Amino acid sequence: MPSLEIVLSVLDSSVRLAVPLVFAALAGLYSERSGVVDIGLEGKMLAAAFAAAAAAGVTQSAWLGLCAGVAASCALALVHGFACITHKGDHIVSGMAVNILAFGLTVILGVAWFAQGGRTPFLGSEARFGALVFPGADAVAPLPLLGPVYRELLSGHNILVYLAFACVGATAWALYRTRFGLRLRAVGENPAAVDTAGISVAFLRYRAVLICGILCGFAGAYLSTAQGAAFISGMTAGKGFIALAAMIFGKWRPWPVLSACLLFGFFEASAAHIQGVSLPLVGAVPVQAVQALPYLFTVVILAGFFGAAVAPRAAGKPYTRGEH
Amino acid sequence: MKAETLGAPQNVPWWIDPLLLTLCNLALAFAFSALLVWFIGESPPAIAAELLRGAFGSAEAVGYTLFYATNFIFTGLAVAVAYHCGLFNIGGEGQAYIGGLGLGLVALYMDALPFPLLLLCAMLAAALFGAGWSLVPAVLQAKRGSHVVITTIMFNFIAAALMNYLLVNVLIKPGSMSPETRVFADSAHLPMVHDLAAAVGLGLSASPLNLSFFIALLCCAATWLFLWHTPWGYEVRTVGGNPRAAVYAGISPSRCIILAMCLSGGLAGLLSLNEILGSQHRLLIEFTAGYGFVGIAVALMGRSHPAGIVLAAILFGALYQGGAELAYTFERISKDIVIVIQGLVILFTGALGFMLRPPLGAAWAKIFRGGGGRAVA
Repeated sequence: MPSLEIVLSVLDSSVRLAVPLVFAALAGLYSERSGVVDIGLEGKMLAAAFAAAAAAGVTQSAWLGLCAGVAASCALALVHGFACITHKGDHIVSGMAVNILAFGLTVILGVAWFAQGGRTPFLGSEARFGALVFPGADAVAPLPLLGPVYRELLSGHNILVYLAFACVGATAWALYRTRFGLRLRAVGENPAAVDTAGISVAFLRYRAVLICGILCGFAGAYLSTAQGAAFISGMTAGKGFIALAAMIFGKWRPWPVLSACLLFGFFEASAAHIQGVSLPLVGAVPVQAVQALPYLFTVVILAGFFGAAVAPRAAGKPYTRGEH
Repeated sequence: MKAETLGAPQNVPWWIDPLLLTLCNLALAFAFSALLVWFIGESPPAIAAELLRGAFGSAEAVGYTLFYATNFIFTGLAVAVAYHCGLFNIGGEGQAYIGGLGLGLVALYMDALPFPLLLLCAMLAAALFGAGWSLVPAVLQAKRGSHVVITTIMFNFIAAALMNYLLVNVLIKPGSMSPETRVFADSAHLPMVHDLAAAVGLGLSASPLNLSFFIALLCCAATWLFLWHTPWGYEVRTVGGNPRAAVYAGISPSRCIILAMCLSGGLAGLLSLNEILGSQHRLLIEFTAGYGFVGIAVALMGRSHPAGIVLAAILFGALYQGGAELAYTFERISKDIVIVIQGLVILFTGALGFMLRPPLGAAWAKIFRGGGGRAVA
């Protein structure tokens, strides 16, 4: 049996690794629930990570960095909205363009501004989101089980971690308990009905796309100014797509999406621990197999073998009045 | 997924859409790239001149340009074939990677074969492995309705993990530090174009341009024949145009989806012919280097037509080759400017592809019909 210490450290890093996934998957959820398919989560996160690290480095303020990250991500979100909503372009093509554009722009601007081969300057602790230590974390530490859980798992994260979890609750509330949420869900299923009710389909979708931009901004800022301490080119490394997978795995619903993010975070965290370890029943598992698990899971769930994963009905379809 | 043609202006010549509109969109993409170059404090004309010089300034440069273009012809064709069936195959990267595995296994373990036979086996293996990698997403789309875009994205990552495992743990050259196989035997190298030219008395400077450039052109011709001159191609295009009408006509959409996706994966798999058998001569990690994604830009710009794809592939080949030279001359700019251009081309010729159509149609009507654009859009 692994010791409590190892279990806690794996769980702790699962939470840390899940946070950007939670932000980005919720971002995708808003966008897709409104009918705008977004495979550009990765690009928006990357742009935000760069802008946040660059701004935090220049201003020495993590919060200003966060604002810059959100602004960069929202700018790309608006490009996506302009193409998909205003000009009825293909959502996939537009999302792809956002991803590629973000990758190129972050490197080009990084090289031009900081001349460190695409890196941004290393951020000191005042320009990053530091850990919040809960009151009494050290006092309860001697308690069996509860003490370490409180100290290691619950306390000691940065503010964005707690914000990510709060966002899940807020999203569930907004989606199912507010008028905006009802309309958002409706416009993703049947935009013609929303239009008939006298509500602007385009405006609703633009708001959803902007919320998506804001949340991707948080995800990116977390990567470069909370988890990391600088921007490195391509640092999202497919996290945007894992978030997309988590959104599908959670069937476009906030709480299941959170579980999917935590599960995928756990895979990533345990991948680091199982290297060379022989597990019971299966023997030594190659670390690459664990890395591929989120993608495999998503393909299996998409295949509909464990309850169908059905996307919002109007997702990916441009809305033209009178054609539906 | 098929471009909407119903709202097209009816009274403009046919070439406005594929030629003028594409050129205008391309001009927009380059204008924004120039703006970025100016913004970071370099001179756009100087960069453009350096790009052109780097891509076409010498016979060697042209050779490199066409070498990169070969990659993009394969991946562009792959995207186009799927697109004609109404599918967006975003998995060219993974299919090319796995295609390289097939080709690499043949080149590593069957190198006793005489060269023509070896080449045939290698091509077949690359195409079959690539097609096999697109088969699962294809079947899931055809039979279970799982969206092929998402499944092919996932398969890209699964391919990366699989190849990573195989190259690090299984196929690696014993004693090697970097994850790559041993170099193939000399008999398993594709002939270089400059060697071929020398054989007939032409002196060309050395470049990695090899036989696969001509194989790529043959694939273009074959794709054109398949799509527009065979019953299967007709069925594939019908499904892409209107799946419901196809069902009425007795065409099985699921069969067409699987056929188109396998051809698409096979074409992507052939990328390794150029990159591995033609140039690297060993299987190495991440040799696809994003070429699969360039195929998307190439197919969009080439309007999914083989002739357009060749032109678009040469343009991107020139950008890649010219871009690689930029870093030597300019301090503040790197070759990644090409990635930005690629993204902008996808944005303007793809997602915003029809933004300029109404104003262009109106302008045409105003100038040549004097009608003030009455029947436009």
